[in-house]
Amino acid sequence: MEWEAVIGLEIHAQLATKSKIFSGASTAFGAEPNTQACAVDLALPGTLPVFNEEALRMAVKFGLAVDAEIGRKSVFDRKNYFYPDLPKGYQTSQLFHPIVGIGHIDITLEDGTTKRIGVTRAHLEEDAGKSLHDEFPGMTGIDLNRAGTPLLEIVSEPDMRSAEEAVAYVRKIHSLVTSLGICDGNMSEGSFRCDCNVSVRPKGQEEYGTRTETKNINSFRFIEKAIVGEIERQIDLIEDGGRVIQATRLYDADKNETRSMRSKEEANDYRYFPCPDLLPIVIDDEYIENIRNTLPELPDARKARFTEEYKLSEYDAMVLSADHNMATYFEIIVETAKDAKLAANWVMGELSKLLNQHDLDITNSPVNAEQLGGLLLRIKDDTISGKIAKQVFEVMWSEGGNADEIIESKGLKQVTDSGAIEQIVDEVIANNSPQVEQYVNAEPDKRGKMIGFFMGQVMKASQGKANPGQVQGILKQKLDALVS
Amino acid sequence: MFDKTLAELAIGLKTGQFSSVELTQAYLARIKAEDDKYNSFITVTDELALEQAAKADAAIAAGNAGTFTGLPIAHKDIFCTQGVRTSCASKMLDNFVSPYNATIVDKFNQAGAVTLGKTNMDEFAMGSSNESSFYGPCSNPWNTDYVPGGSSGGSAAAVSAQLTPAATGSDTGGSIRQPAALCGITGLKPTYGRVSRYGMIAFASSLDQGGPMTKTAEDAAIMLNVMAGFDQRDSTSADRDVPDYTAELNKPLEGLRIGLPKEFFSGDINADIAAQTQAAIKEFETLGATVKEVSLPNTALSIPAYYIIAPAEASSNLSRFDGVRYGYRCENPTDLEDLYKRSRGEGFGPEVKRRILVGAYALSEGFYDAYYNKAQQIRRLIRDDFSKVLSEVDVIMGPTTPHPAFKIGEKSSDPVAMYMEDIFTLSLNLAGLPGMSIPCGTIDGLPTGLQIIGDYFAEQKLLNVAHQFQLATDWHKQSPQGI
Repeated sequence: MEWEAVIGLEIHAQLATKSKIFSGASTAFGAEPNTQACAVDLALPGTLPVFNEEALRMAVKFGLAVDAEIGRKSVFDRKNYFYPDLPKGYQTSQLFHPIVGIGHIDITLEDGTTKRIGVTRAHLEEDAGKSLHDEFPGMTGIDLNRAGTPLLEIVSEPDMRSAEEAVAYVRKIHSLVTSLGICDGNMSEGSFRCDCNVSVRPKGQEEYGTRTETKNINSFRFIEKAIVGEIERQIDLIEDGGRVIQATRLYDADKNETRSMRSKEEANDYRYFPCPDLLPIVIDDEYIENIRNTLPELPDARKARFTEEYKLSEYDAMVLSADHNMATYFEIIVETAKDAKLAANWVMGELSKLLNQHDLDITNSPVNAEQLGGLLLRIKDDTISGKIAKQVFEVMWSEGGNADEIIESKGLKQVTDSGAIEQIVDEVIANNSPQVEQYVNAEPDKRGKMIGFFMGQVMKASQGKANPGQVQGILKQKLDALVS
Repeated sequence: MFDKTLAELAIGLKTGQFSSVELTQAYLARIKAEDDKYNSFITVTDELALEQAAKADAAIAAGNAGTFTGLPIAHKDIFCTQGVRTSCASKMLDNFVSPYNATIVDKFNQAGAVTLGKTNMDEFAMGSSNESSFYGPCSNPWNTDYVPGGSSGGSAAAVSAQLTPAATGSDTGGSIRQPAALCGITGLKPTYGRVSRYGMIAFASSLDQGGPMTKTAEDAAIMLNVMAGFDQRDSTSADRDVPDYTAELNKPLEGLRIGLPKEFFSGDINADIAAQTQAAIKEFETLGATVKEVSLPNTALSIPAYYIIAPAEASSNLSRFDGVRYGYRCENPTDLEDLYKRSRGEGFGPEVKRRILVGAYALSEGFYDAYYNKAQQIRRLIRDDFSKVLSEVDVIMGPTTPHPAFKIGEKSSDPVAMYMEDIFTLSLNLAGLPGMSIPCGTIDGLPTGLQIIGDYFAEQKLLNVAHQFQLATDWHKQSPQGI
């Protein structure tokens, strides 16, 4: 039987406000445990929440970017459940009247086709703290620094049919929230995480199969793997005569599998009701239009500009505009090196390769855009060759420093002195007489290819520093002189 | 000296008849000598009080004194006081020393007030008799076999027994007005949002409101001048100007239109209370007021609506008391669930548990529409009833309670009978309206109260009406025997 997967996603994007959604405590990441938790965050008796309007502005920005209905009146509700990292015993969220209603985004797939994905809603809520299980043997520590950090929960329609579509959707939302400047998008720090709802059904069947929800996945790669694995698991299960049980699952990246956390039967009754400590948020058209006027360039527009302004291919423009931070990084390099194509090749090539190898986000790249731009500038002005540049880049990556310092200290400056190059060429010609003979005796149209061997020898002898263009010219001249 | 009002004591301080330290020492000594009989204080803050009194005396000497400088008061133990145990009369918070001040505590401190201590109350303000306190019941100074009412029973008893000239209280369904009536003092529940709730431990957030409990309406105005005002830390507080509540106390009542809801004089109500209320109305007529019968048809629905909404909010508000960060924690929990179950099971008393259960049930999936939403609809009906009547009259009057104080233990096994005692007070909280209770008689040596209800933010009017009554009568000057 042919199966079809149905995927819907819930994304939690931490909003980049300076202070928390209902208190004045800082939201900065990485502070000592419980140093950024005030009386309100600790849920001391008698404390009350005060809504941070910055979070509202950010949510409205998102709503406008996905062409959504903006709730003129949105209401905070309490979601009641007990957990040690949830100090009040309830999470303040928006169930009945979210700030962002129905909207949509368009995703582009590998084969160049586009697809529209519905955004059901997006609502504001507060994050919980963290339980620390490793630091205290036999006990659990509670860090409430994250408690009260504003989140925008973005819920999609079940419009995706493959892991590829799901990842394209998540990337697009990531690109939107980072472009809007409302989320730093840092997945490894948990600023952007995803719950995947997955079900399968026989192709052609209209009704949905039973779904599972895999929670809190925090990398694009894991989202893809978790969904692929979950689809396979469900199909295998059904084909073996079993049935899918509605449950919440956890993705284990080490084992690359999902496992059941709790079934529907064990699920909480959250006893939602409107939070009586907070007034409904009422906004008018003027408020919304004022925000619309502050929207920055969005990814689709940026992509169009990249093809137009930098003459990038559709593909390059798509890859480079997809991630806001990547796109900004790219544009800083273009600004420095004045060569968009070269910049695109490096960002998508060497840089992306190393980032992937080290599982790093562009924002955590050890080489910043100014450094890389400086390096490309030295390729452009022939100080170093592209090949040497890769060496410099690796040094930059592991040891830091700017291109000029590294080139200087490692003695990697390109040899452009024709006398010096001629000397090496002469040595190579003298030491490789059989190949020289072959060259001389070859058909003229084959010689072009054969010159590559000599190029290699010269570059090797110069430790890669000889200017390849010059080497080519001198070699050709000297070898052709032997022919006549 | 102990029979003096805040207004009188303020003159005494300013004219040098006594110092704030002398006044404070006298009250502290009196509390020490007398409070065994009433149990009206949970914590007496001797050191803090004397320190504040000394500061007040210095301010008076330097000519920097305000109206409230050096005046002693007590705070209901629902208001967080920095460095002082704030228990809410619960075992759950017996060990809780607040690291911060409630907004109104700050305001009183800044005004130069002296804090004598923290008064007894029903646990988490849940009760009408002060019997649910972890620290034991509080007695009515008029007859110590009787309850002082609740939940602000300790504040009412302490003012009535002259252990403090005034106290703060909080009112979720009558918790200022009912004990004020039962103890023969003046109590004001302001309009919802008039007084900041920040630092007042939440029972039912949409109903809770702090207010003054005093000997006279004039003192209530002096207190409210300190308490009222917008607070950035309380999103539900009203961002509007605070008038001087003493400014219109002396306006004549000529032409005042009083509405008497027929529902407040029918059903299970003590005949003497009805008669005394009518007598008080007569007094207003002699002062120039006109009276007409009005109707608040949904009054009877206020009890079921209240006992859905208040417990629903309470069930959520009290979730933070989980034994994890502060407050009571059970001994040797075996796991997280055990920690929760036993900490809450052992830390909360029976009335609190009953309301948490009722509230959680009302909010649970499948019942929410039938209970919580229905109760909210009733709430709107009640508010509309009041709006209609208040467009025709200036104030609404009636008895504060259907009965005078009952004996300690008399109703503790019948929660519904206890809930019925709040029939006349609950509806104001549901509507968010201000209300006052002032003494208007006694029955078998137990005081009774007249309730005066006004429109939103009409506290000035209420205080004016109450003050004029107190100029013409002396019910408010009567004291329990021996005091």
